[in-house]
Amino acid sequence: MTAAVRPKVELLSPGLIDRILQEAWLILEREGVLFENAEARALFRDAGASVDEAGQRVRIGRRLVEACLSRTPESVTLYDRTGEESFRVGGDDVHFDPGSAGTRVVDHRTGRERPPVSEDLVTLARLADALPNFHFQSTGLVASDVPPVLGDSWRVYLALLYSAKPIVTGTFRVEGFGPMRDMLAAARGGPEELRRKPLAIFDACPSPPLKWSHLTSQSLIDSARAGIPSELISMGMTGASSPATIAGTLVQHVVENLAGLVLCQLAAPGAPVIFGGSPSSFDMRKGTTPMGAIETMMIDMAYAQIGKALHLPTHAYMALSDAKTPDAQAGYESGIGAVLAALAGINVVSGPGMLNYESAVSFEKLVIDDEICGMSYRLLEGITPREDPLAEHLFREFKPETQFLTLPHTRKWYRIEHRQSPLPDRDTYDAWVAAGAKDLPERASERVREILEGTPARRPEAGLADELRRIIVDDARRSGVASLPL
Amino acid sequence: MDLTRFQAMSQAVIDGDREAAAALAREALSRGFDAQAAVENGFIPGLQKVGSLWESGEYFLPELLAAAEAMKAAMAVLRPALEAGREAALSLGKVVLGTIEGDIHDIGKNLVGALLSANGFEVVDLGADVKIDRFISAAEETGASIIGLSALLTTTMLGQKRLVEELHSRGIRGKFKVLVGGAPVTQKWADDIGADGYGENALAAVRAAKALTGRE
Repeated sequence: MTAAVRPKVELLSPGLIDRILQEAWLILEREGVLFENAEARALFRDAGASVDEAGQRVRIGRRLVEACLSRTPESVTLYDRTGEESFRVGGDDVHFDPGSAGTRVVDHRTGRERPPVSEDLVTLARLADALPNFHFQSTGLVASDVPPVLGDSWRVYLALLYSAKPIVTGTFRVEGFGPMRDMLAAARGGPEELRRKPLAIFDACPSPPLKWSHLTSQSLIDSARAGIPSELISMGMTGASSPATIAGTLVQHVVENLAGLVLCQLAAPGAPVIFGGSPSSFDMRKGTTPMGAIETMMIDMAYAQIGKALHLPTHAYMALSDAKTPDAQAGYESGIGAVLAALAGINVVSGPGMLNYESAVSFEKLVIDDEICGMSYRLLEGITPREDPLAEHLFREFKPETQFLTLPHTRKWYRIEHRQSPLPDRDTYDAWVAAGAKDLPERASERVREILEGTPARRPEAGLADELRRIIVDDARRSGVASLPL
Repeated sequence: MDLTRFQAMSQAVIDGDREAAAALAREALSRGFDAQAAVENGFIPGLQKVGSLWESGEYFLPELLAAAEAMKAAMAVLRPALEAGREAALSLGKVVLGTIEGDIHDIGKNLVGALLSANGFEVVDLGADVKIDRFISAAEETGASIIGLSALLTTTMLGQKRLVEELHSRGIRGKFKVLVGGAPVTQKWADDIGADGYGENALAAVRAAKALTGRE
């Protein structure tokens, strides 16, 4: 029996990838990239790069970039909090996780956004934990009931407390890193165990065009040294902070990401790095950054293809929408994005649950997107020839009254071949009306309630919970935060 | 100055042609034409046409910004030749603009700046990652009437509050109108911190600035 063909879509020809890389090498070497962080510049200088200290500009030769590329692992394996379940981030493996980080949550009762509170972060972690098609969780909301000074560590604290899945996160403040790392190491049983079995990915975004800020450079350095995978999130906006053309934006994307990758390798050779991004097609009327635009998705697919050509794990912000409620636009943008991300073989796909340009999270949308992700995984499994012969034997002694429903062949295969999907409406019209004529967001909101009421959170054992509490309380005290909401 | 020359000035703004706009302005001065007339009959009608092309959906941000740049280039040439009183009458006021310390996101701020200038404000753009103190000293030095603060992060958004508090503590709150914007910023936040205006996007920021100067 032969295996299924894995469906795959590639947008760039090898020749175009080569042209993009050639221009990227030139820019890295001639124009260079700005690094605001002095420690980063020192690392570049020590490695023989040309550093203009006054202008904070670092020019990086192709040889250094290629040496760093050869040191970067082709794949990263993440482990969940228990250390038992593992996920390879590499090859064409696809893992969906909720998008992050929203500063608003869409309240299903009112249909309007409101500031998230810590309870919402708990809900998000619990839903991400329970929904089967998210392999990772993310610290996807910023709690408005803790001061920003504690925001970074508070998000990881709640994530570790209410879900066992690996975490996609990042820092908003340089000081956020220490306590976050301490909690992750505590969950793992020590810093070396954390290095061996990474539990979290840290996102770090350059500032387009061609700049790495102090904060994000520091995140790359700190993560590399702790053995925590960094996700490089270049985010050009076509015609606003990067060239208007898609191919032009790809050149800038590669330059920014490779500069970040070199910094990671200089900080700690062999550091795990994921070639990611959050670029967008800039809306020239509204001045907004639509994540659901098809051109945005094309840029994502294309830079991921380049990342693969460089033998790197990949990431993208896809399967999300710019709609303000979980409506039809949210559905089609997220659906198209998820399917294309899967077909492009992007390893980490962050986005489910998100609305309004990566700024808001809807729990109902998260449930809907879980279904979309499930469909995408199924698509990737392709069509497997399950038996040999495929079907000819079923037609031997064929009679007009043959019922496939009663064949053993049907019972043997239908669950394997076909997903069972309770969420989409597959009722007859009359049955749908009889069941209350509920639309998808309404049914998704019922599913949210079912999970929260019926699926207990996978909490850590008491010893770890105490240790995490100690770390967050220490951090709160150091940060001058008098009380914690939970 | 004849009609075709005025039309050429308008067209330079409509086309977003900086060089042509500056060249026409220089030519007008070198021939001894009235700077005031060049602005009012030449360049401003071009800007008005750009506004209607935007409203009708034909022009997008790149055309709008190019027109603003062309207008700026012409004004840079003509401003010294304008009578002091007339110049003030043409300006809607000075705005000190920047993204708050700790925040390097400046796209939104740049859009606001360009649209404010295109609409007749004089913009003093301090860039990104700007300290609270710098906003205030720049506003005092330039005699600005509005301080505009952009923030993309929830952490740096707090800087908007700090600026308002700082103006209070220095006893100069009444000297400046404070205009806030940025992704996490809402009208409620603006109200809570006692800001004078809020722009949900760049065009709304221009409307808010006009409302603050009573020039709507």
